[in-house]
Amino acid sequence: MDQELLRVSGLTRYYGSRVGCRDVSFSLWPGEVLAIVGESGSGKSTLLSLLSGRLAPTAGDVSYRDRDGRWLSLPNLSEADRRRLQRTDLGVVHQNPRDGLRMRVSAGGNIGERLMALGHRHYGRLRGTGLDWMERVELDPQRIDDHPSAFSGGMQQRLQIARNLVTEPRLVFMDEPTSGLDVSVQARLLDLLRHLVASLGLAVVLVTHDLAVARILAHRMMVMRGGEVVETGLADQVLDDPCHPYTQLLVSSILQA
Amino acid sequence: MNAPMISIRALAKTFTLHTQGGTRIRAFDGVDLDVAAGECVALHGPSGAGKSSLLRSIYANYRPSSGRVVVRHNGGSVDMTAAEPRAILDVRRKTLGYVSQFLRVIPRVSTLDLVAERLTAMGVEAGEAVARACGLLARLNIPERLWPLAPATFSGGEQQRVNIARGFVRDYPILLLDEPTASLDGENRRTVVNMILEAKGRGAAIVGIFHDDEVREAVADRCLHLTRPEEA
Repeated sequence: MDQELLRVSGLTRYYGSRVGCRDVSFSLWPGEVLAIVGESGSGKSTLLSLLSGRLAPTAGDVSYRDRDGRWLSLPNLSEADRRRLQRTDLGVVHQNPRDGLRMRVSAGGNIGERLMALGHRHYGRLRGTGLDWMERVELDPQRIDDHPSAFSGGMQQRLQIARNLVTEPRLVFMDEPTSGLDVSVQARLLDLLRHLVASLGLAVVLVTHDLAVARILAHRMMVMRGGEVVETGLADQVLDDPCHPYTQLLVSSILQA
Repeated sequence: MNAPMISIRALAKTFTLHTQGGTRIRAFDGVDLDVAAGECVALHGPSGAGKSSLLRSIYANYRPSSGRVVVRHNGGSVDMTAAEPRAILDVRRKTLGYVSQFLRVIPRVSTLDLVAERLTAMGVEAGEAVARACGLLARLNIPERLWPLAPATFSGGEQQRVNIARGFVRDYPILLLDEPTASLDGENRRTVVNMILEAKGRGAAIVGIFHDDEVREAVADRCLHLTRPEEA
């Protein structure tokens, strides 16, 4: 327990001569939730893609400690090993559930897909797991055979979360998971995420532009601007005692309801 | 003499407001304070003297500009001004309870869960955590019909008592109390005074801001006087 899960050092990505993100370094421990905040174009999504192994860095490294305690350098893994890791240990929750779901496959099929990719074939057990996860994300298990297109946005997002968590990953990347949802639906999803993250001991890297979401879900926070990290700290420190001019501007721009 | 539970040396905090022309505001300066187990120190001084900022700096919610805040934790000591984030969270979870002036409500989380989660986070079994949370909410006169509700719609006094319940449901070795009785009526104020005295009795080190003279005289062993620092 007392060792990092993820070590990131000097992580840099250029798009031609344009900076995606530059010289990002941090460590993440099991059970920790790190929020990356900043406005659009600040490099948050580039960083998330680099961290989850979906994009190759121009320089720097992302190392992940697997269940056997071995350190694996994500950019240097073979394609097959990286895919396997992405299915077993990592999860990605996209902002738009359509990017993370198979819309022409039933809800149960969506939940079972990662398990089947790992070689699970027993139909009854797959269905049982599907029903169990429908319930855990507060979806009506009777709708297990419905396609996601028949679900509301909030339900699709919960299905996407179930689809990711079914293989009990240790690290989940979330890209604006609540931002496309109505406020009341957002509150329900936040509550669900809070409980799942705590009960499963998940480590999470959460990209959001919503500082209130970051305060509720995150332990730590990293503020990005122009591809660089300008401030880090505990979430409540960064929000209550912001030091960098850009963070102060972000925090002072929050509307009070 | 045992080592103090809290040891503060040369602590200073200056805010630089970049969005307002770089104005510098000195919150407090040169604070030295030791607090022993079983002792209660009241922060005293005019509005703007930095009392709440000092309390928040002990909790590492604010990041002091210089100086150190060493707390006893897990048989060792941790400097809250220099510790890693996860070390600070561990201190907050196990050692350092903080009752802020205002309750931060989380949508959909019930009053009972808000209080009980302080115990379950420490590994207390759910049933026992709920039982202890119920006992404390009852003692603080929160009507039972409110327990399953998120406290967003509660009155100021009710929210404050939920906050107090969160701070007292565990026996934190150190308690930081920011105006814990500000919006309470006489009966509830007496209950909270008794809870503070009981915490001292079991050996808690307490630093608090108590606006009410009667409350302060009842609970505090001594005062730390803060004055408004000169403009930076």
